[in-house]
Amino acid sequence: MPEPLLDLRALDAFYGDFQALFGISLDVAAGEVVAVIGANGAGKSTLLKCIAGVIASRHEAILFDGEPIGDVPAHAVVARGIALVPEGRHLFSSLSVEENLLIGGQLGRPGPWRLSRVYELFPALCERRHAPSTLLSGGEQQMVAIGRALMSNPKLLLCDEISLGLAPIVVRELYARLPSILAEGSSLVIVEQDIVQALKAANRVYCLQEGRVALTGSAATLTREAISAAYFGV
Amino acid sequence: MRVREWSNRLSTAHSRASVKPVYRSESNGSEQRHETTAPGILKNEIAMEWINIIIQGVLIGGLYAMFAAGLALIFGVMRLVNIAHGDLIVLAAYIALMTSDTLGLNPLLAIIVVVPIMAAIGYGLQRALLNRTLGDDVLPPLLVTFGLSVIIQNALLEFFTADSRRLRAGAIEVASFPLMEGVWIGVLPLLQFVVAVVVIGALQVLFYRTAFGRAFRATSDDQSVAQLMGLDNRHVFALAMALSLAIVAVAGVFIAVRTNFDPAIGPARLIFGFEAVIIGGLGSMWGTLAGGIILGVSQAIGAQINPGWQLLAGHLAFLLVLALRPEGLFPKVKG
Repeated sequence: MPEPLLDLRALDAFYGDFQALFGISLDVAAGEVVAVIGANGAGKSTLLKCIAGVIASRHEAILFDGEPIGDVPAHAVVARGIALVPEGRHLFSSLSVEENLLIGGQLGRPGPWRLSRVYELFPALCERRHAPSTLLSGGEQQMVAIGRALMSNPKLLLCDEISLGLAPIVVRELYARLPSILAEGSSLVIVEQDIVQALKAANRVYCLQEGRVALTGSAATLTREAISAAYFGV
Repeated sequence: MRVREWSNRLSTAHSRASVKPVYRSESNGSEQRHETTAPGILKNEIAMEWINIIIQGVLIGGLYAMFAAGLALIFGVMRLVNIAHGDLIVLAAYIALMTSDTLGLNPLLAIIVVVPIMAAIGYGLQRALLNRTLGDDVLPPLLVTFGLSVIIQNALLEFFTADSRRLRAGAIEVASFPLMEGVWIGVLPLLQFVVAVVVIGALQVLFYRTAFGRAFRATSDDQSVAQLMGLDNRHVFALAMALSLAIVAVAGVFIAVRTNFDPAIGPARLIFGFEAVIIGGLGSMWGTLAGGIILGVSQAIGAQINPGWQLLAGHLAFLLVLALRPEGLFPKVKG
């Protein structure tokens, strides 16, 4: 078996004295889509923040491309090829749509994603490229957030609740673009409340419960009963 | 200290851009003609005088805008209120003095040396000291820059004594040309104003048209998300401080050529800078320029009414704007 792209080994995470993650082990192979599901407060967002370097962890707890990056700060993690689409989008409000995308690509990592390719993926953004990012609809803002992350040409794209606050039709539209992103060579970790959507998009699923992995398996073989048991801890 | 500064300003204002009384050129006319036209001439003379005062105010306003631009930049990017800003201006003036003394450079050319030195000091200061004070609490950076202000003042006092100094720029100091009948413009104040406009314009372009400025604005919007874009806050902040002190260097050289300076004049420059920022608002660099000009003109008008009212008039204009438009004349547009 080839070495995984991302390998978490007994990852713990803390907010001050509060421990949010307990010994998480998780791996993502190149070209794979991994979904992380779980109830509110299960530690899904915390997990992504650890991988992206927003929350520092033990040096050896996170291996990316075989190298330990647990204590690498966020700005250097991006340079290595991990991009995070943060929960709630968090666009830069004083920047236009295009400027938001450009700043995502400011490190100049080589790869297929440039402005024109992002506009090809999300044609709606091209029309509104000079608009302030705050004037966009929620769905368009989410497209900017995804495009901004793609502009760094990540090997691994982390998506935190891209369906949050969006209409189901918009969510379906966003998920319909994921195969194009995979096709350009990025692997994906998606954190999702919408289990149906997550199972449809993912190869494998991890279910978190109170900071621990409660269930893991291939998206095709997990039964609904097993998932709800892991989800609610009943 | 204040009295000496004023008298110096007043005397330079008179020597560089004196109102050439109109009646002198016409005094070869007959007694009869002089008498009939006297009230008109007098009115004309008063008008000339006020035009002159306002022009002088506008020109000094450019200098205030340069004080303010550095402050606004730092506050905008990292929410840091730099109490030591005025003392850094004075430090730049002393570095210019040393440079022009040791290298025998014209002070205005010394800018070329002082700007990179101050920028390097800014970068180092931010990386080594100020970055450590930034966080959710606004008090630590305020206290640290206040301490820095005291340290710079005392270090300057130790090295350069309390003697008042001045940079000699040669003939350009007193050169002037007539703008129109009765209104003369000093070359140096005009040069200083033009440099200020160029600096402000360059900052505006840098902020809104370049990748550098994009990084500043993104970091200002959301520090933690900016890091996800690969921007290292500590480096971005240090670049902003370097840029701020590069502007301070230009302002410091001009202030050193224009007026006498000593280690204690920094805090007053800080106040002028603050007032110009608040009058102008944080929306655009041009607002900062407008703020500087309004402050300069108010001070010039105040000084004309009564020499003791120069600073008071500036403070009143500031208070007026603060009371009527607390977000400034060119506020930041909220998204």
